[in-house]
Amino acid sequence: MIPLSHVLALSITLFVIGAAGFIFRRNIITVFMCIELMLNAVNLAFIGFSRYLGNLDGQLFVFFVIVVAAAEATVGLAIIIAVYRDRSTLNIDDLDSMKM
Amino acid sequence: MPVLFYIFAALAVLAAISVVAHRTPVYSALSLIVVLCSLAVVYLLLGAEFIAVIQVIVYAGAIMVLFVFVIMLLNAGREMPSQRSRIARWLGAPLVAAFLLEVLLAVWKQFPSASARPAAPLDAGPAAIGHLLFRNYVLPFEVTSILILVAILGAVVLAKKEF
Repeated sequence: MIPLSHVLALSITLFVIGAAGFIFRRNIITVFMCIELMLNAVNLAFIGFSRYLGNLDGQLFVFFVIVVAAAEATVGLAIIIAVYRDRSTLNIDDLDSMKM
Repeated sequence: MPVLFYIFAALAVLAAISVVAHRTPVYSALSLIVVLCSLAVVYLLLGAEFIAVIQVIVYAGAIMVLFVFVIMLLNAGREMPSQRSRIARWLGAPLVAAFLLEVLLAVWKQFPSASARPAAPLDAGPAAIGHLLFRNYVLPFEVTSILILVAILGAVVLAKKEF
């Protein structure tokens, strides 16, 4: 049987790697993928707790997180395309003003 | 089968490091697909069959195709190294490692491996999830449909040629 602490350790490791990439990377698409990585780490924690508390609600939360992530990816990538069309760059160091 | 869990956990961590370490976005996207698929196996081992299938279909299927499509569309190549302060470059990785250790230690204290006794295996098939979804979570479900509608409209408006 897999102990809960090992599931949580995997979840935390993935989350910290995602957070580090969010800070380190300069390409806006890679930064966006690191956000997806962090969402997945949180999903894993939900599934682990759902298994160990014997409660199905955690899996429903993961379901909603996946749906929201899909919506977020759609709008986020549309924004990236619009920004790229305007500025011709994907480097977040150059994208430092909100005004188009 | 705990052995499978550790194999796929190691695979997920290695692929996640590869997501962060690669400078070319396409390599990061492909590594992220490996992370998502190995997490689906971990979900399966934890008794969440429905979520595992959803993970492969929606995440590894739909969302990552969108990512790869945008990377190809924008022709995103190698990213330039940033010209920021030297302190940040040297302190970054040790600070991340310290943060990881600290949180792991906190979880280890909170959930010692011996004390957590798993509950009886759940019935996590589509029928059980559907019952719960349409009985206890009807309002969030409906709100989600509005969210997706807004996301579709937003994407169409943003992707138009001029604002």
